[in-house]
Amino acid sequence: MIFSFDLLINALVSGILIGGFYAAVTCGVSLAFGILDIVNIAHPAFVILGSYVAYIVNATFGFDPILTAIVVMPAFYALGAAIYQVYYSAFEKHGQESLRGLAFFFGLLFITEVGLVLYFGVDYRYVDAAYIGPTLHLADVDLPLRILVPCLVSLLMIAVLQLILTRTFIGRAIMAVAQDQLALRLMAIDPVRIKRIAFGISIATASVAGALLIIIQPVEPSVGREYIGRVFAICVLGGMGSLPGAVVAAMLIGIFESLTSTFYGPSWAPAVSFGFLLLTLAVRPAGLMGR
Amino acid sequence: MRTPAFLAICLAVAAAVFGIALGFGNDYVFFAGYVVLQYVVLSTAWNILGGYCGYVNFGTAAFFALGAYSTVAIYKYSADNDVWALPIPVLMMIGGIVSGIVGFGMGYLTLRLRGAFFSIATLALAVVLETLVVNWDYVGGSRGAYVIRPEEIDPIGNYIRYLFLIMLLLAVAAITVARLIEHSRLGYGFATIRDDELAAEASGVPTLRLKLIATTISGVLMGMAGAPFPYYISYLQPDSTFGLDYAVNSIAMPLVGGTTSWVGPLIGAILLGSLQQIATVTISSAVNLLIVGLLLVGFVIVAPAGIIGLVHRYWQRKPEDFVGRRRIDAAAPGSAP
Amino acid sequence: MSAAAPDLLQIDNLGKRFGGFVALESISLSVAPGERLGLIGPNGSGKSTLVNCICGTLHNEQGTVHFDGRKLDGLLAHQRTHLGLARSFQLPRPFVSLNLIDNIRIPLLYTVGARGRHHAANEIEDHCTGLLREVGLEAKARHLPRDLTQVEMRKLELARAMASEPKLLIADEAMAGLTHSEIEDILTLLVRLNEQGVTVILIEHIMRAVMSFSRRLVVLVSGKKIADGAPDDVMHDPEVERAYLGQ
Repeated sequence: MIFSFDLLINALVSGILIGGFYAAVTCGVSLAFGILDIVNIAHPAFVILGSYVAYIVNATFGFDPILTAIVVMPAFYALGAAIYQVYYSAFEKHGQESLRGLAFFFGLLFITEVGLVLYFGVDYRYVDAAYIGPTLHLADVDLPLRILVPCLVSLLMIAVLQLILTRTFIGRAIMAVAQDQLALRLMAIDPVRIKRIAFGISIATASVAGALLIIIQPVEPSVGREYIGRVFAICVLGGMGSLPGAVVAAMLIGIFESLTSTFYGPSWAPAVSFGFLLLTLAVRPAGLMGR
Repeated sequence: MRTPAFLAICLAVAAAVFGIALGFGNDYVFFAGYVVLQYVVLSTAWNILGGYCGYVNFGTAAFFALGAYSTVAIYKYSADNDVWALPIPVLMMIGGIVSGIVGFGMGYLTLRLRGAFFSIATLALAVVLETLVVNWDYVGGSRGAYVIRPEEIDPIGNYIRYLFLIMLLLAVAAITVARLIEHSRLGYGFATIRDDELAAEASGVPTLRLKLIATTISGVLMGMAGAPFPYYISYLQPDSTFGLDYAVNSIAMPLVGGTTSWVGPLIGAILLGSLQQIATVTISSAVNLLIVGLLLVGFVIVAPAGIIGLVHRYWQRKPEDFVGRRRIDAAAPGSAP
Repeated sequence: MSAAAPDLLQIDNLGKRFGGFVALESISLSVAPGERLGLIGPNGSGKSTLVNCICGTLHNEQGTVHFDGRKLDGLLAHQRTHLGLARSFQLPRPFVSLNLIDNIRIPLLYTVGARGRHHAANEIEDHCTGLLREVGLEAKARHLPRDLTQVEMRKLELARAMASEPKLLIADEAMAGLTHSEIEDILTLLVRLNEQGVTVILIEHIMRAVMSFSRRLVVLVSGKKIADGAPDDVMHDPEVERAYLGQ
C-alpha cells in the first residue's frame, strides 16, 4: 500500500461528494423512519425506479435527468401517498406495523426490483448529460462533474426539505405528528393525512435521488440492495429524524467507504457502512446527533 | 399428542415421501424436492424468532451461508491435507454450531434494541459476513468455491437421493423442535414477547434470555440447512448464497402459511417452494421472486393470519373450542363470534 | 408496627429525568410489610414514573431502591418480579394473542415457577381459573382480551399481577371508570389480599376508595413528595389542599 498524499486528498474529496449524494437517498428514510417511524426498507427500490424513469425520458427525448426527476416528483408523491394509505389501513391502524408492516415493505422491495428486471432486463442503463464526463481540477484535487453536480443538487434538495419541515405549516405538523398525535387531533388536524403527505414527500425525494444515482453510475435493478443498509446506517448515525445529521453521517460514511476502497480495496467497502451501523446500534442507538 | 408419537408419524410420512420420490424414477424430483425441504427448514427456523417472538430477521442468508461455508472450509482442508472428508451429518452439526454461536453473538449485541432496529441490524450483519467471506481466499473469495459431489454413497446409492434424505430428516427435526417449543413454557414466553415485551418482563418473563434462545435455535437450524448445500450445488458463489432471496422466502413462507404454529411455515414452504420450482422451469427464474413478493404483500394485507387463519375462518370455530395451548392469531378478523 | 421489622420497600432519594425535564426529584419513601399505602397526586405528578422506576421498567439516574433487604440497582424488571414485586399497568397491557387463562398462566409459569415451586398442569389450570373467578372474569376464561370491556381488562390486569404471588403489589389506577359496586369489589379484593400478607400500594384518583383503603397516604406533586402520613392528617395539610385538592 503506497501512501500518497494525493491519493488521500482525492479519496477524502470523493468521499465527501459521494456522501453528499448518499444524503439525497437517505433523506426520504430520515423522514419516513426517523420522524414517522415507518420502516420503509423498500425506499432504495423507489430510488432505482426514479433512475429508470430518468433513463427512459433521457433515452427517448434526451431530457436532462435532474429536470425530469423534478417534473416527475408529483407522480412519485402520489405513489407514496397511495402506499401509505394501504400501510395505514392494513397495519398501522391495528398496531401490526412491526412484523407485518416490515414484511409489506420487504415485499414491495422485491416486487419493484423484479418488476424492473422483467421490464428492462438486467443490463446496466445509463444517461447522457453535459456534465457527465468533464472533470474540474482544483490544485491536486479531481472533481468529476458527474459526482459534483449530484452532490450539490442533493444538498440543495435537503436544504429545501429542511426549510419545509421547519418553516411551513405542513412541515411543522409533520414534526408534531411524530411527537403527539393526540394534540394534533385536538387542533382539528388529521394525523393520518399529515403522515400521508409526509410519506408522499419521502417517496418524491426518491425520484430526484434516482436521477442523481444514474448520473453517477450505471444502474441495474439490484443496485438498490446495497443501499438498504447504507441508508439506514446513515439515518441512525445521523440521529434518526435529523436532516443535518443525515448529511454529516452520509459524508462520514462516504469518506470511510472511499478511504477503505482506495487503501484496502473495493471489496471491503460494503462492510464499512454496515459495520458502522452495527457499531452505532450496539453502542449508541440514538446516533451521533442524538434525539 | 405426545412428542414421540408426533415424531413417529412424521418419520412415517417422511418415509412415504421418500418412497414416492423414488417411484418417479427421475432424479429431478430429488433436486427440486431438496430445495423445497431446505425451505421448510429455513422457514420453520425463521418462524421461531419471527413468528413466535415477533422479531424479524432479514439475515437468513447469513446463517445459511455460515453453514455452507463451514462445509467448504472443511472440504478444502480435507482435500489439501488428503484427509477423509467429514460425513454430512457431522458437517451439519458443525455448521449448526457455527451459526448458533454467531446467532447468539448477534443476538447479544442487538436484541436489546427495538424490533425495527434489530431487523436492520440483521441486514447489516448479513452484509458484514458476506464481505468477510468474499475476502477470504481460502474459501474461494468472490470467485466461488467448487465442491465435488461424490457419485454414490452406501447404502442409498445415488448421492442426490442421499442429500434429499438428509434434508428430509432435518425438516422432520425442525418441525418437531418448533412444535415442542410451541407446546412448552418457552412457547408461552415467546408469545408474550411478541405481544407485549414490557408486560412480559413485569410478569417475570426473562425476555432477553428467551430472545437469545430463539435466535440461537433459529441460527442453528439455518446453519444445519446450509451445511449440505455446497455438495448439492457443487459451485458455491457468495453473492447468490448470501442473497436476499433467502430472506424474502424465509419471511414470505411463514407469513403465507401462518406464523402462529409450526404448520404455517411447512405449508408455506411446500406451497411457495413448489410454485417457484414450477415457475423456474416453465417461465423464468426472475418471475419466482415476483410471485413471492406478490404473495407476501397480498397475504400480509388481506390474510395476515396466513393460510392457517383462512382455514380457521372457513371452519368458523368459536374461541372456546380452542382449549389450552392453541392460540388464535389476534389479527385474524372474524375468528371469534 | 414494631420498630424492629425492616421495611419491605425502601426508596432513597430517587430521581429521574427525561432530558431536561425532571420527572422525579429526591423521592424518599419507606413501606413496611403488610402496609396499605395510598399514593395520590395530580396527573403528570410522576406516580407512574415512580412505579416504573421501582419495578425496573425505567432506570432512575439518582437514588436507590431496596426491596426485601435487597438493593434493586441493576436488576431487570423480571428479576424484581421474581423477588416479589408486582404491578398492574395504568393502561392495561394484556397479551393479546393469549386467552385469559393463558394470560394468568404466564406469571405462574415464569415467576412462581422460577421460585422453585412447580405445579402440575391441571393444578395450574385450576389456579388460573380461581384467580379469574376472584375478579369475576371466569365466564370469559377462554376468550381473548379483545373480547373484554375496558373495565374487564383492568380486572385482568390486576389478576395477572396477583398471579405472580407478590409480597408487594402496586395497583396503578386500577379503578378508573368502574361503577360503585365494582370499586367495592376491587377494594374487597385488595383488602383480602392484604390480610393474606400482601403489602399494597394503591395509586388512585378516586378519593373515596383511597381514603377507605389506605392506612397511610403519600402525596406526589410535580415530581416531589409533599406529604406522607395518616390519611386524615394529609388531607388537611394546607400544602396538599393547595397543590392537589384545591384544583
